[in-house]
Amino acid sequence: MSVSAMIPGSPERAELLERAVKGRSLWDDARRRLLRNKAAVAGMIVLGLMLLLSLLGPLLVPFAYDTVTKTDVWAEPGVRGHLIGADSLGRDLLARLFAGLGVSLGIGVVAAAVSLIIGVAWGATAGYIGGKVDEVMMRVVDTLYSLPFIFFVILLTVVFGKNIFLIFLAIGAVEWLTMARIVRGQTLSLKQKEFIEAARAAGLRPAAIIFRHIVPNLLGPVVVYVTLTIPAIIIAESFLSFLGLGVQAPMASLGTLIAGGAQDMEMAPWLLIFPSVTMVVTLMAFNFIGDGLRDAIDPKDR
Amino acid sequence: MLRYLFRRLMVGIPTLFLVVTLAFFMMRAAPGSPFVNERQLTPEVQKVVEAKYGFDRPLYEQYGRYLADAVRGDFGPSLKYRDKSVLSILGENYKVSLWLGLSAILLASIVGVCLGVLAALRQNRSIDYATMGIAILGVCIPTFVTAPLLVLLFGSILGWLPIAGWGWTKVGALEFPSLKNMILPVTVLALPQIAIISRLVRAGMIEVLRSNYVRTARAKGLPEWLIVRKHALRAAILPLVSYLGPACAGLLTGSLVVEKIFNLPGLGKFFVISALQRDYTVVMGMVIFYAALILVLNLLADMIYAALDPRVRLS
Repeated sequence: MSVSAMIPGSPERAELLERAVKGRSLWDDARRRLLRNKAAVAGMIVLGLMLLLSLLGPLLVPFAYDTVTKTDVWAEPGVRGHLIGADSLGRDLLARLFAGLGVSLGIGVVAAAVSLIIGVAWGATAGYIGGKVDEVMMRVVDTLYSLPFIFFVILLTVVFGKNIFLIFLAIGAVEWLTMARIVRGQTLSLKQKEFIEAARAAGLRPAAIIFRHIVPNLLGPVVVYVTLTIPAIIIAESFLSFLGLGVQAPMASLGTLIAGGAQDMEMAPWLLIFPSVTMVVTLMAFNFIGDGLRDAIDPKDR
Repeated sequence: MLRYLFRRLMVGIPTLFLVVTLAFFMMRAAPGSPFVNERQLTPEVQKVVEAKYGFDRPLYEQYGRYLADAVRGDFGPSLKYRDKSVLSILGENYKVSLWLGLSAILLASIVGVCLGVLAALRQNRSIDYATMGIAILGVCIPTFVTAPLLVLLFGSILGWLPIAGWGWTKVGALEFPSLKNMILPVTVLALPQIAIISRLVRAGMIEVLRSNYVRTARAKGLPEWLIVRKHALRAAILPLVSYLGPACAGLLTGSLVVEKIFNLPGLGKFFVISALQRDYTVVMGMVIFYAALILVLNLLADMIYAALDPRVRLS
């Protein structure tokens, strides 16, 4: 450091001060670490591409996802303008793949949001209030945890009919349990911190403390868990679709495409292979991002 | 220990009660009825049939009666297969699922532990990277993708294995499933578990290998394989034991898909069909069966854990 930096009012000192004040926040550090992680960056690029394709893809394909063309039944890849072939009704697979990708990603995001909202509210409340309330609330989570989850999702879809919006809700409503546990654990340690004590001393009501002070500080682990929840939900939805309980025709999701492809795989293997590869690549992208985020946000876990 | 066991079983009762209640009311809230899809019944006949099964009573009365019967172990008759009780349907179908599940968990444990140990001993070498790459793939490729792809490859293209079905072979007085039919479904079921188990074991092993008592064992001059087998492995497979409970739940889920794809006469296939047909009693019976199974398996996992880890005391 030069001597002039010690003189009040000098430009060197001003610059130094500015640098000191700016510093590097935890999130800056995390972003830096995340961007150094090659797998995570690759995952983000792939996922970005997938998102773009699911949004813009339908505009690029000269077929609609539900146009039935009798002459194109089981058209092989490259035949009559079907880049990756057509299915048993002569519908263009690429168009259906883009549509299905959009549906799967959409379900993943919406259901993850549902699980996020319920899980964070539940966990933060239980953790912050503590005592009997905590015990009862977490006992509820434990009990639900030991239920055979997939059977209840199946029952829910049977009850509510095969409505795509309700599938979101059903899956999201079951996936919030782990989130609630994570959030509660974090809240328990956060509420011992001085700034919460200060907020309490300032007379804030518990609800305000939970949502304005605790929840924002939970962000790290929550973000990590959400990126791992989305692929889990995509799998769950596809699983339901596979059993014939998910998205209904002519709509498509990755799950219905794979299920359809599995039925016709001997006649038309491309119907199975392209959706499967898309699904696996998407899931891997999410997993790499999730792992990268965990390493970035919680470096002690490496 | 006995007291702990007793208390855990007591805690299981409210859980089971909740399962029964949720399943009961969800099933009844579903539109449709078990008696709709068949021959058009005249309204009078339909009323008689409903009265026979007590469906004309108010819902809470039906619920109370169901609970009372279930506690005595009577889960009622199937509503679709008139001459069969729920218990006899469970009894006929559980064997296939059991064989599948047990073989898969056994295969997954053996392969998973071997891979995990190997990867940990060769940390950051090519074997480690290869194993963990496989593990990531295993987690990311769901059963409903692996199953049809393997069937396509080994069943249709290579023709080595049957693409579907199930067979029993008699060995003396005992019945065993035929190996040929088992290979593909068991592999499909085991793959994701292998991935998870090998990751768990690798992480546990790496931690244990750095611990002081392993260093002591090395300092004593014990051969490496003995250290791994006698000292490290025992601690490293602890996470695996506590994972076995959730693993079985995962297997149940997976077996729904596998039984459908391979057309196996197991419980999972039956569950979906029964739910779609509104066969209330069968669905309820299966949900209760699965919930009880998961409870027992979790308890078992905890007890094995305590037996293996002297630091854990059950009380």
